[in-house]
Amino acid sequence: MLRFIIRRLIVIVPMVLIVVTLTWGLIRLAPGNFYTGEKRIPKAIEKNIREKYGLNRPWYVQYGKMMGSVLRGDFGMSLTYPGQSVNQILWSTLPVSATLGLLAYILALAVGVTTGTIAALKQNSKWDYASMAFAMLGISIPNFVLGPLLVLLFSLTLFWLPPALWGGGSPANLILPVLTLSAIYMAFIARLTRSGMLEVLRSDYVRTARAKGLSEVQVVFRHVLRGGIMPVVSFSGPALAFLIAGTVVVERVFALPGLGNYFINANFARDEPLIIGIVAFISIAVLIFNLLVDIGYAYIDPRIRY
Amino acid sequence: MTILDFRFWIETIDIYPGETLGLVGESGCGKSTLGRAILRLTEPTGGQVLFRGKDLAHLSQREMRDERKHLQMIFQDPMTSLNPFMRISKQLMEMTELHLGYTKDQAYEHAVKMLETVGIPDARARADSYPHEFSGGMRQRVMIAMALSCEPELLIADEPTTALDVTIQAQILELIKKLKQDTGTSVILITHDLGVVAGMTDHILVMYAGKIFEQAQTRELFACPGNPYTKGLLRSVPDPTAEQGALYQIPGLPPDVAHLPPGCPFAPRCERAEEICRQEFPPFVKLNEEHYSLCHFAEEVYAKSCSERDARKSMNQTTVQEENA
Amino acid sequence: MKDERQESDARQTGTEPALTPLGTPQEPPIRAREGDIIHTSPELAVGEADVRSAEHGAELVAGTSLWKDAWRRLLKNKLAVFGLAVTIFIILASIVGPLIIRKTTGFTYDFIPPDVNLERSFAPFTSPDGAFSWAHPMGTDDSGRDVLARVLDGGRISLMVGLVSTIVSLIIGISYGAVSGYFGGRLDDLMMRVVDVLYSLPYIMIVIVLLSFFKGASAPVFLTKIVSYFGGGQDVVQLVLLFMALGAVSWLTMARIVRGQVMSLKNQEFVLAAKATGVSQRRIIFRHLVPNTLGPVIVYATLTVPSVMLTEAFLSFLGLGVQPPHASWGSLASEGIKNIAIFPWQLIFPGVTMALALFSLNFLGDGLRDALDPQMRKV
Repeated sequence: MLRFIIRRLIVIVPMVLIVVTLTWGLIRLAPGNFYTGEKRIPKAIEKNIREKYGLNRPWYVQYGKMMGSVLRGDFGMSLTYPGQSVNQILWSTLPVSATLGLLAYILALAVGVTTGTIAALKQNSKWDYASMAFAMLGISIPNFVLGPLLVLLFSLTLFWLPPALWGGGSPANLILPVLTLSAIYMAFIARLTRSGMLEVLRSDYVRTARAKGLSEVQVVFRHVLRGGIMPVVSFSGPALAFLIAGTVVVERVFALPGLGNYFINANFARDEPLIIGIVAFISIAVLIFNLLVDIGYAYIDPRIRY
Repeated sequence: MTILDFRFWIETIDIYPGETLGLVGESGCGKSTLGRAILRLTEPTGGQVLFRGKDLAHLSQREMRDERKHLQMIFQDPMTSLNPFMRISKQLMEMTELHLGYTKDQAYEHAVKMLETVGIPDARARADSYPHEFSGGMRQRVMIAMALSCEPELLIADEPTTALDVTIQAQILELIKKLKQDTGTSVILITHDLGVVAGMTDHILVMYAGKIFEQAQTRELFACPGNPYTKGLLRSVPDPTAEQGALYQIPGLPPDVAHLPPGCPFAPRCERAEEICRQEFPPFVKLNEEHYSLCHFAEEVYAKSCSERDARKSMNQTTVQEENA
Repeated sequence: MKDERQESDARQTGTEPALTPLGTPQEPPIRAREGDIIHTSPELAVGEADVRSAEHGAELVAGTSLWKDAWRRLLKNKLAVFGLAVTIFIILASIVGPLIIRKTTGFTYDFIPPDVNLERSFAPFTSPDGAFSWAHPMGTDDSGRDVLARVLDGGRISLMVGLVSTIVSLIIGISYGAVSGYFGGRLDDLMMRVVDVLYSLPYIMIVIVLLSFFKGASAPVFLTKIVSYFGGGQDVVQLVLLFMALGAVSWLTMARIVRGQVMSLKNQEFVLAAKATGVSQRRIIFRHLVPNTLGPVIVYATLTVPSVMLTEAFLSFLGLGVQPPHASWGSLASEGIKNIAIFPWQLIFPGVTMALALFSLNFLGDGLRDALDPQMRKV
């Protein structure tokens, strides 16, 4: 197990470098540059800029420099946010995105697993149909539609909650973004839980548990839940990759100072150090979370050994 | 969605303590369903199951749970019948903690004792294993240990050896037989293997298409079957002493239980079938003490097989005499 | 103890005559006990063998093919039928709708009325003087364009994006999966390791980088050349880029499914027979193996269409999806968000239409999955 973890941790390094290289390649292949804005720049100034940022050097030197900075974990200065280093931006935006993402996923797990379990236990009942139709709705409504609709209802019509902004992370400001973000995960988790539970409920070992004389509640909690939740555990890995896309939208809809918002702005401004920094950072985070999910998988299912 | 309506039809089979009842028939004829219906793992749509004076079919789920202390089952496939996520010891402990109110330590000790009883070598060390670390035969032993850990009065064994290797089969059957003698537990043995029931059971029920076709004491059934279906089953058992030749098989397949034809369900496959068999549902005829058969021609078939038996007997005697001479 | 015995006495009830030697049962018919079953499912109601024999019998009688059988099962699923009906309706409306509107009212998705100030951001069913009017059933947007015409035309684009990107992902996924599964061994190990790696990457970030950098005039030159060779303009280049990006994102699962299928099929007799007769490997893979994987592939493709449309909408929201003058449901909705407080219909109509389309497509995909392959019960 320990060897597996170490191996996976080591593999993270080349994988992040691959992603970073890909991103860097895309940035460089695209015509245009961060300084070619609205107005034409005189040749002399352009030459100065190119020299200042080392753009006149051969590509492999620049690539090497970039890689060096990634490996050191110091991504340099942002080009669009003057006076701020990429690392500063990362550390100031991370709390926002992490709070959003974690709260949304916890909420999604709680609601999704409960709903899915109830739906599975009462298969083909009104409960089942209602919750599954609701889950399907959650999968089908894009979150940038859901978010504004929630704002329209709770902020602009009922005046219960603030429509946007971080507000220092106060609960009132968090409710709508977290709800918007978690909707699709709730839906997915509910569906996964339901199908996982149904499969286990039909299994022979649950029949054995019933034959033992355990009550239905005991059967569910001791014998069904653990196996039924496996699909949710394996979904949690890819879910984190999705979660990033989700936070980008939610941060934009609610004007939150998170990683995703900065990422999009950096892309539009061609802020190379910031893009590279965020891509590298998120890749590491996703890979580590994937590893955690795999460890959790082995912890839940004794048949899996690494 | 068709919910099948099984109408089991057993005429007051009494199982006394320590006795074994065999339940035989082709696959798909409702043996396992009957077994599960007795335990209410499949809900019976009608009928009664009288157990220790109580009608199991009419108990509430809660009352039924208490009865399960006395009424246990071993399933066909040991590979899937144990919870793969739970240690063996824990799965065994659940029984005694639930029904006998044992503490954790007591239950653990009992679990280890039960594992020793069913012949798991090094039981104490292996008690904390997970099911996937055990072989199929071992897992079936664990199932037996689990089922017997509260000393039930009735054990339903649903094809306990079908999924196992032939050598392991004999061991498991021997184990059930031995434990039955030690504890006085009655057993219902569900199987399609006539060889198994012959050596294990006191009574036999032959089932076909969800109906009891014949019931008799084991000896009597093997000697003078009173039903064409039973005769067909007995003929299809390979006989190692016989000359080489094609194995007998009953033509056709068991019918779809949801859409039974009118008349006798076996009529389309029966050698003895006549017009009446396709028209009318056959009567359940009493042939002898504790011997019933569901057939329009039960008495005729019975008489014929009895005379065949007598013929065989006298032939055997003559061979013996010849050898002696 | 001696007298304690148990009786298994299930008496016959119902239509058949009680032909017991002991006479008619005295007990009244037993009450139905469906109410207190918690674990009801058709599979549990009877033994597995019984189900099998019942199905076996049914097949013998009906003699239906796999596809007919699946179709019959699909029609039994009310939600899937609902999904199918709505999907067909939306497709037809998107194709025919804009033509009808142009014929009757003259509005198109990019028609800006001459007197813009009069027509800007009308509420649904109102005319310039505020009275009821059929002219704009969904109102107008802030340039005075008819929202209905835009939503229907956006449907064309959205559905096309969904379809084409899914086809792209099918082509990549099937080829990759089939090759990997057919050749097996080292090559398979390598190819699947690549898929594993790609799975764990936050690919959506790369797509964002890709699309934001190649947006507008800065599309790759070779692509522009190819497209203009076929007579397409800059807008088509943009769409092709989008298809490629979305298709490249969603082929991974498809590759895994096809690989699994091919692995289980490749040792069956018909493939061995084809090998024995000297059929080329390419022909074996694409003529013999791939057609036999169609069931799961169709199911997964049906579920890929809505997910790709959702991703496109997400990208459109970021301004990276379909570019003006074209509009998709996603880009329409994201435009609508700007005016949410005052003119909510500009978000609601495209947003709800899109949600409805995805909803029905998802239900259709679910239904197809249950009908074609009851085993594949994963999301």
